[in-house]
Amino acid sequence: MGWLANFLTSSLGRKLLMSLTGLFLILFLVVHLIGNLQLLKGDEGQSFNEYTQFMTHNPLIKFISYGNYFFILLHAVLGIYITVKNRKSKGVKGAVSNRAESVSWASKNMALLGILIFAFLMLHMGDFWLKMKLNQTEWIDYGNGEIKNLYKVVYASYSNWLIVGAYLVGLLALSYHLWHGFASAFQTLGLHHKKYTPIIEFLGKAFAIIVPLMFAILPLYYKLVITAA
Amino acid sequence: MKLTLKIWRQKNNKSQGKFETYQVEANEHMSFLEMMDVLNEQLIAEKKEPVAFEHDCREGICGTCSMDINGRPHGPMQGTTTCQVHMRVFKDGDTITIEPFRSTVFPVIKDLVVDRAALDRIIQAGGYISVNTGQAVDGNAIPIEKDEAMKAFDAAACIGCGACVSACPNGSAMLFTSAKVSHLGILPQGKVESSRRVLNMVAQMDKEGFGMCSNIGACSAECPKEISLDNIARLNREYFKASLASEKA
Repeated sequence: MGWLANFLTSSLGRKLLMSLTGLFLILFLVVHLIGNLQLLKGDEGQSFNEYTQFMTHNPLIKFISYGNYFFILLHAVLGIYITVKNRKSKGVKGAVSNRAESVSWASKNMALLGILIFAFLMLHMGDFWLKMKLNQTEWIDYGNGEIKNLYKVVYASYSNWLIVGAYLVGLLALSYHLWHGFASAFQTLGLHHKKYTPIIEFLGKAFAIIVPLMFAILPLYYKLVITAA
Repeated sequence: MKLTLKIWRQKNNKSQGKFETYQVEANEHMSFLEMMDVLNEQLIAEKKEPVAFEHDCREGICGTCSMDINGRPHGPMQGTTTCQVHMRVFKDGDTITIEPFRSTVFPVIKDLVVDRAALDRIIQAGGYISVNTGQAVDGNAIPIEKDEAMKAFDAAACIGCGACVSACPNGSAMLFTSAKVSHLGILPQGKVESSRRVLNMVAQMDKEGFGMCSNIGACSAECPKEISLDNIARLNREYFKASLASEKA
């Protein structure tokens, strides 16, 4: 087993964990987005609340969600470790910073973007997840027994400009993080190929724009249209 | 052309360095190092300590010259070593900032001279192939596909100057190590020791204290031999294969 510990604590082993957890979180974003888009259905939150009931009670989903929390924490802790270690390796920075054109701003600021995303996650979890856990939500019955009315909490949050603003900042950070992170995860796995790399890079950039934008539509639509009406 | 130079002066590894400003009169046909020679002659005439910098072949193939020029290893030109940068890329009246390569693993010996022995120790850890001595083998005894030969050759172009480490915000030596692993590992003669090579070279790289690669690409952008990031992906693949699939530890 010594070899496994050696591998996972080597620079490349740590980067592999970073890449795999990152890719898992990318998948999670897709699932999360598809679920959330039900907020646009215009049924006063019925399908969203039923979906919430399903997601919080299905044992398989519950199991995966604990994995998800673990991967978020692992990705964050490893990210901080790698950043601190890299700063130490770099030591004194040059007096003049002169970035080559091919180097993206996002790629040099992944830790900063990660911290912003983590701060956003704390707010996001405190706003919804914690309120659910502490039973601070109201109950609603659609004919199949009472379920938690998370929709009402979402509605209240999305009518507050401060929260909507924080969501937009968090999503912008996410977008930049993905701009570099998506393709970078594949490179770290060693998947570099003349035929596929351009496709992965294109998909990564498209993903980095489209997914955060679709997420951003929700608070904006609620603030500007639904709660304003 | 009249230039203002802001040059990092540091007596030795123990002392604190700082920038000193000098005026120098160069002409645009000079190479960057010839301009430095002019400055040093001027300093010697004034009975001052000349600026220490490394140089050897002055034809862009040895990897000895180093220094960050205006924040870029080997200066502003793509795919060029410091000795091959000519003063015509600067303008009369320019201020040029010159620093040693920046990395904790490359301690400053004096002024612009840094100790790059860590790269040599990575090579010693596995950057070679073992062959029997005796009669040279016929050049084409082992057929090698042209594209593969070219890939190995492109990686072999690495002159081990360490610009990648200085360019990298993480102080990582992955481009260097990956060039060596690719250069040897792609060819049949290097495949024999490929697992052991990649494991030992990465272990040495970590031991030296180099940073971890986050695929920024500054290394490749500043590399005087334009070594590609493909090599880093190949190093990752080879390392995962050697760690997870081979029986070597």
